[in-house]
Order: sequence, then C-alpha cells, then structure tokens
Amino acid sequence: MSDVNRLGPELALLIAAGLIVVVDALLPLLGREVWAKRRIFSVLLALAGVAGSFAWAGALIAAEEKGTAFHDMIVVDDFSLFFNFLFAGVAGMIVLGSIDFLERNRFQAEYLALVLTAAAGMMLMAAGQDLIMIFVALETQALAFYVLVGFLKDSRSSEAALKYLLLGAISTALTLYGMAYLFGISGQTQLSGIAQFVSSADNGSRSALVLAAAFLAAGLGFKMAVVPFQMWVPDVYEGAPTPVTAYLSVASKAAGFAVVMRVFLVALGHGLISSDWANMFAAIAAISMTLGNVMALVQTNVKRMLGYSSIAQAGTFLIGLAAVAAKDPQLELGSAAVVFFLGTYAFTNLGAFIAIIAISNKIESEEIVDFTGLYRRSPYLALGLAACLISLTGIPPTAGFIAKVYVFNAAVQANLVWLALIGVINSVISAYYYLRVVMNMFTGEPSSEATFQPSMYLGAAMGIAVVGLFAIGVYPNPLIQASEHAARIFA
Amino acid sequence: MLTLAIFFPLVGAALIATLPKHQEQQAKYVAAMTSAFVFAVVCFMFLDYDRGKGGYQYIDSVVWLDSHVSSFKLHYAVGVDGLSLPLIALNAFLTLISVLISFKVELRPKEYFAWLMILETSLMGVFSSLDFVLFFLFWEVELIPMYFLISIWGSGNRVYSAWKYVLYTFFGSAFMIVGILTLGFTAGTFDIRELSNIGEIHGAIVPAWVIFSLIIIAFLIKLPVVPFHTWLPDAHTDAPTAVSVILAGVLLKMGGYGILRLAFNIMPDVAHDARDYLAVLAAVSIIYGALMTLMQRDLKRLIAYSSVSHMGYVLLGASSIGLVGFTGAATQLVTHGLITGMLFVLVGMVYDRAHTRDIGELSGLAHRMPFITVMMLVAGLASLGLPALAGFVAEVMIFLGSFDSQKIPTVVAVLGVAFAAGYILWTVQRVFWGEPNPKWAELTDATQWWERGPLLAMALSIVAIGVYPAWVVDLLRDGVTPIAGRFG
Repeated sequence: MSDVNRLGPELALLIAAGLIVVVDALLPLLGREVWAKRRIFSVLLALAGVAGSFAWAGALIAAEEKGTAFHDMIVVDDFSLFFNFLFAGVAGMIVLGSIDFLERNRFQAEYLALVLTAAAGMMLMAAGQDLIMIFVALETQALAFYVLVGFLKDSRSSEAALKYLLLGAISTALTLYGMAYLFGISGQTQLSGIAQFVSSADNGSRSALVLAAAFLAAGLGFKMAVVPFQMWVPDVYEGAPTPVTAYLSVASKAAGFAVVMRVFLVALGHGLISSDWANMFAAIAAISMTLGNVMALVQTNVKRMLGYSSIAQAGTFLIGLAAVAAKDPQLELGSAAVVFFLGTYAFTNLGAFIAIIAISNKIESEEIVDFTGLYRRSPYLALGLAACLISLTGIPPTAGFIAKVYVFNAAVQANLVWLALIGVINSVISAYYYLRVVMNMFTGEPSSEATFQPSMYLGAAMGIAVVGLFAIGVYPNPLIQASEHAARIFA
Repeated sequence: MLTLAIFFPLVGAALIATLPKHQEQQAKYVAAMTSAFVFAVVCFMFLDYDRGKGGYQYIDSVVWLDSHVSSFKLHYAVGVDGLSLPLIALNAFLTLISVLISFKVELRPKEYFAWLMILETSLMGVFSSLDFVLFFLFWEVELIPMYFLISIWGSGNRVYSAWKYVLYTFFGSAFMIVGILTLGFTAGTFDIRELSNIGEIHGAIVPAWVIFSLIIIAFLIKLPVVPFHTWLPDAHTDAPTAVSVILAGVLLKMGGYGILRLAFNIMPDVAHDARDYLAVLAAVSIIYGALMTLMQRDLKRLIAYSSVSHMGYVLLGASSIGLVGFTGAATQLVTHGLITGMLFVLVGMVYDRAHTRDIGELSGLAHRMPFITVMMLVAGLASLGLPALAGFVAEVMIFLGSFDSQKIPTVVAVLGVAFAAGYILWTVQRVFWGEPNPKWAELTDATQWWERGPLLAMALSIVAIGVYPAWVVDLLRDGVTPIAGRFG
C-alpha cells in the first residue's frame, strides 16, 4: 500500500479527472435542470481533486513518507513534493481561470479532466527516476496538451494544435533517441544506475554520453521552450485558448525543467561530462534570453509578446542550470535557483495571463494597443497586470526581483559573471516591452469609457497571484528554504 | 524608530488608497499629516543622535533571506550615521514640502499622493540601508513611483521623459547588481559595515576595478555626470513641480551618497586609482553643465542643467580623496537639495500663474510678485555661492579639498562658479526685472499658507546653514571621517 500512498498526489488528480467525465455522462439522467448546471459539478470536482492532491502531498510531508515506489519507478522526495505543490497549485489556478471560457464551450468536463491529467503527468515527470517512467509521464501530459491547445476548434487554435503536435512528435523522437543512447551505453534505465555507470566510465564513452545528453537536451528543450527549440511558442501561445497558454507557459515549462534537472543532475551529474553540458546550457541560456527579448520587443499581440518573453525567462532559468556544474560545490545553489525561479514564475506569469484573460474577455482583443487607458476602465485589473509585469521585469518589491537576484548570485558564485552580465542587460531590454504595456494602460486615452470588472473566479485567481508575488518579494525566506530543500537531493 | 520613519509613509499610502471616491480630495491632508509625522520623527532623531558617540545608530537588524547552501545571507538592516542622517532629514523635509505645494493637484489625487508616499519610503530606505542588497532593493523600488508620477502628472513630452528616466536608471542598476553580487561573494557578506572593513579585495573572480566600475556606473548615471546626464533635463522639465523638487533635491543625492558610502568606502584602493578620471569627469560636467545652462530658454530646463553642473562639484569633492573634500561633497548634497528644491518650487509657482516657462516671454514679474522675487533672490544667490548662504559653504570646502590633489580640474571647476553667477543673475534680471510686460499684469503673488510656508522654511534653512554651518557640517564631517580614514 505504501506504493499507492506515495502516488497519492497524482492519484487524487486522476480520480477527480475520471469522476468528472463519469459524472458529466450521468448528469442528464437527473433531469434537464441539473444538466444545465453541470459546469458547477465539473469545476467543484476539479477543485476537489486539486485540494485532495495538495492535502495528500501535505500528509506525505507530515508523515515523512519518503522513498521510492513501484520498483524504483518513481520517488517521493523534497524535489518531487515541491513540484507536486507547484503543479497542483497551477492546475487549481488554471481551473479558476477557465471557468468563464468554459461557459461558451460544450466540452467542459473533457477540458477539466484533461487539465487534471496533464497536471498528474507533470507530477510524474518530476517524480520519475527511471527513463521509461519519465517517458510515459512526458507523453501523458503531452497528449493532454495537444488536445487542450486545439480546444477552440477554430482555424487558429487547430493550426496551433497541429504545429504543437508535429513539433512535439519530433521532440519526443529526440528525447527517446537520447534515452535509447543512454540505455545502450550503460545498459540501465534507472537514473541512479546510469549515474553509477557514468562515474566509473572512462574517456572512451565520453563522446557517446555527450551525444546522448545533447539529444535529451534537444528533446526536453522543446518542453522548456528554449532556443533553438522555441519555434512553436509564438504561434501556439497565440492560437491556444488563453488559459491553456498560461498552463503551457508555466506548468509545462516547469515540468521540462524538473525532468532536465533530474536527468542531468542525477544521471549525468558526474564531473566527466557535467562541464560539457553546463557549457551547452550556458550558451542556450545566453541565446534564449537575447533572442526571446529582442523578438518580444516588436510584438503587438500581448500573448505573442508573453510567448517570446517566456523564451527569455526560460533562458534566465537555464543560468541556474549552467551554474550547477560549472563548479562542483555550487550544485545546490544553481538548482535551488532554478526551483525557486520556477515557483515565483508560476505566480507571476499566471497572474499576467489571468489578467489578460479577464481583459480580453471584455475588450475582445489581445492587441497591446487596445490595452490603452485600461486603468480608467478597470483599475484593479490594470494594477494587477502591472504588478505581474513589474515582477517579470525584476523590479522590487516583487518575487521576480528576488528570483533574478538569486539566480544571478548563483551565476556569480559559479564564476559565470559574463552570463550574469548578459542576463542583466536582457533585463533592461525586457523592461522596455513589459513596461510599455504598463505605460499604455496607465497613460493613454481609452477608446471607450465603459468600465468593467473581472468575474469572481478570475478576480480570486488574480488576487492569489498578486498577493503571492508581493509576499515572496517582501519575505522570500519560506520559498527559498523550500527550494533549497528540494535542491538538496542533488547534493 | 528608524524603521517607523521608513515605512510610515506606506501606512499613509494605504490610508489614501482606502479613501472613498467622493472624498478623494482629502488625500492631500492624509499625505500632509503622514509626511509631517515622518518629518517630526526624523527631526527627533536628528536632535537625539548621539554626536559624541558617532557611528551608526538606531540600528534595526533582522535576517531577511537566509540561504543554507551558500554564503548568501541578507539582512533587513538599517541605521543612520552622520552622513545619512542629514540626507534622511532632507528627504523628510522636501517630501513634506512637495506634498504642501501639490495641494492644487486635482487629477487623480489619491494615486498622486500615494505614489509620493511610496517614493518617500524608498528614498528613506536607500539612505539608511546597511545591507547592500537591501540598498539595491530600495534603489530599484523608487523607479516605479517616479515613472508614474512623471508619466501621468507631468507636462510636455512626459511619457517619453518617464521612459528615458526609467531605462537610464535601470540600465545602471543592472550592472550594479552584478557588481554587488560579485563583491558580496568575494567578501562573504553583504553587510555594508563589514564590507567597509575588508580592506583590499583579494581573490575576486573578476579584477577589483571591474567590480568598482560595475557599481559606480549606476551612481554616475544618477548623479548625473556628463555623458550620462541626458535623462535629467527631460525628466526634470516634464515632471510635475513637486516631483522635480524630489528629483533634484533627493534622488540625485542617491548617486553622491552611493559614491561616498559604497564605492569609495568599500573599495578605497580602486577609488584612489580612479580619482584622476573621476576628477576629469567632474570638471567636464561642471563646465558643460554651466555652458548648457547659459543657453536655455526654459526656466525648468535651465535649473535642470545647473544641477548637472552643481552635482559635478560633488564628484570633484569626492575625487579629492580627503576629509575636507568629502565633507564638502556631502555638504553640497544637502545644500544643493535645499537650494535647487527651492528653485523648482519657485519656477513651478511662476509657471502655474503665467503658464509659460519661456525666459524670453517672462519679464518684469517683480512688480507683480514681490514675495516670489525675494525668495528667488535668496535661492539664486545661494545657488551661485554667495557667502553667508548655504551654497558657499559646500563649494569652498570642495575647492579647498580638491586643489591640492586635483589642481587643473579644480581651476577649471572654479570657472563654473563664474558661469553660475552669470546664468543666475542674468535669468533673475530677465524674468523679474526688465520692462513689466502688460500681459502679466493680472498675476498674483504667492499668498496661500501652503505656498509661503514651504518657501520661508527653505529660505530659513539655507540662511541657517550659510550663517552657522556647524550644525550640519559637523555631523556630515563625522559621517565621512571613517571613509576618509580608509585612504590612509
């Protein structure tokens, strides 16, 4: 039973997902009036699943129930628990943010079930410690996302889904190729087994290992959305339903980083090749930040802009990974920086997307020009979005500031001052396009004077995000400690 | 108590934010009472500060961010010494004045006064932080209120100016944070008190002069020094009057304070090597700023360029590397804050009445506004360095301090004083004397208590420092003595 217990957080979500579909199918039997209110049932079940997942993860911590399960396929440790909370929290926010959008969509139950399934898949990605498990988890969430991206069924959404599917298939192939290579060299699928092999390997197998690392980085780079595997990002972000875009930009990216950290730090963390892939990540980080920010400068659609900005942000996270191996004792600081950054990014980017959902619902546009004078029409939304954008820029007292300071600190300690400098110059570039939106909202003349309020659910989600990003900005210690605990498993 | 002074304005801002819509005009009274309270607290600290003991006092320190995996431990640590206390007092004083002279603001008053309060908190924090990262946090926080204040309540090309201001500052601070992190990593601490005791930097991952440059560039932009000064005329000209007062009076001082307290105090060896370059930069700023001032037709732009010139003296005093020069530089921070703040208040009043700042159009205002004219004379004469007024004290000390070590830059800089006499007197003559233009026959003098009160208070403080400088200068000298002592 302890195996099942350790799978609890994922199970809670999957059970809820199943129940949603079944209940939705059975509701018509109860009569037309109940059927008309089915959205409430699905949403409540989804939120219950999220709450159950939270509670179960909390219970695992309280009972200090840690260790592996299912023949070492998955592991419950501080790292996987951190991501349990992260993905459950993000899924909950996405459910809240999707309620308005679901009003106009027939397939509410399916949508919510897919959201929960994707969250469970991502949790398993973070918990998997066997290549096969990781691959299955990766595909679980990917399949859910393929459908979610195309959920609007209009031409843009379908095109986005097709692009995502095709490029996703290529990335899967690359990942699988890298995994097969690793298995071929080491004869192991267990990450710890591979690690043992690597530590006893000689220089002869080094080139093969580097090749496997490169394939894995390419396949997973697609999930992390870093250059040069970012081509899908702008189109898919623009075409997908906005809540799904938010989900992709926060959770899917975080899951990609979780797997990369697990695979590279545990299996390939040995000094024999770690400096090779650290250099690779440093280069990808520098290019992602620069390209993402420069492209974001010229965007006129706010979702596309956030798409490119998320590429740049992913580059900033990668600084932490590059710092991990550049110097051995800094292993924990670099990985803690990535974990912490992912946590703050969840609040910040979700907040931004939820504000955009609320705004574009009302003004029926995602063009930055149409945000002009928004402050006069909806002051709280404008202030909330401004707070998120300021946090993305990295200006205090927000979470984004602490995250940047922390990750640049990791870079400096790992002797990567040049990378930190590229990072801060990119912060300045990003200030231009983030603050341009803020400027539009606060100083321009609105095209219409009609005021509006966000719906209750969006307002609640927005409130959580904004309070969270200021709370972390003012008192970051709890999240810092949690991130460092999570990163300690790599020590 | 210091923490109270730093964060109390936020309480005021929160109170203002909760005012109902129909009472939004009450925001100014809340802001006035808040800033008056803060000023009272700061005045008490100013008197209560134990000058015999010296050093940092009113220290509050708690751990704020504690990383277990590296030597990355940050504190919320604040305290004031002889250098920061007068600057904090200046900030509290000028914020109170800014609130008072903004009583006419009717556009979105709630937000306006709330942002002013947030600005006060961030500036208080900059001058009292004892942790380098905390200093940086407050330094950056200040961007947001300034950005909104200029871009919403400004005039002219306000959005462009706000933009330019933010990007220039952000550019400088981006480098500063890398410098701070490198320094902190090398020294194993971010505490400014401990950092100033490490002496020479050994074993840094980059050469010490790189760290020094990364940090000081933000200060040089903020001060500002030619060629990083171009944000200043735009921001000053387009900002609302009260914000120009804070900008010239307090924000620029962050640069001078940073140079003395952080760049010079922590890395004396590099500062010693860099002093000749800094002195040249200072001389160029002084002369270039003065020449540009002479060419201006817009009153606000004129004072803005004169700030470039006057802040050059601060850098000159710092580059002298000596107690007298440092004291002069620190004194110049305070006196320039008062004098230029007052000039901006006066120009704002003239502009509110005449709706133009064009020197060519204004003429003979002395007949219509005797009170403003007298005040303008006080501030103007102080600005050009007339003895018995505050500006003189600072400039004399700077020149005395810098002449030995920086002969040529000092001689060049003294020319700046001559230019200053030229532009100030010429401007006052053109605007206030000359043919009374019938167009301005209807203008009224400053009559409201919230107009006259601030002006009298500022004039009084300028005269008080000029006649009996010791009450401020002694404190500042005690503040910079340890810094000068580190240059052996």
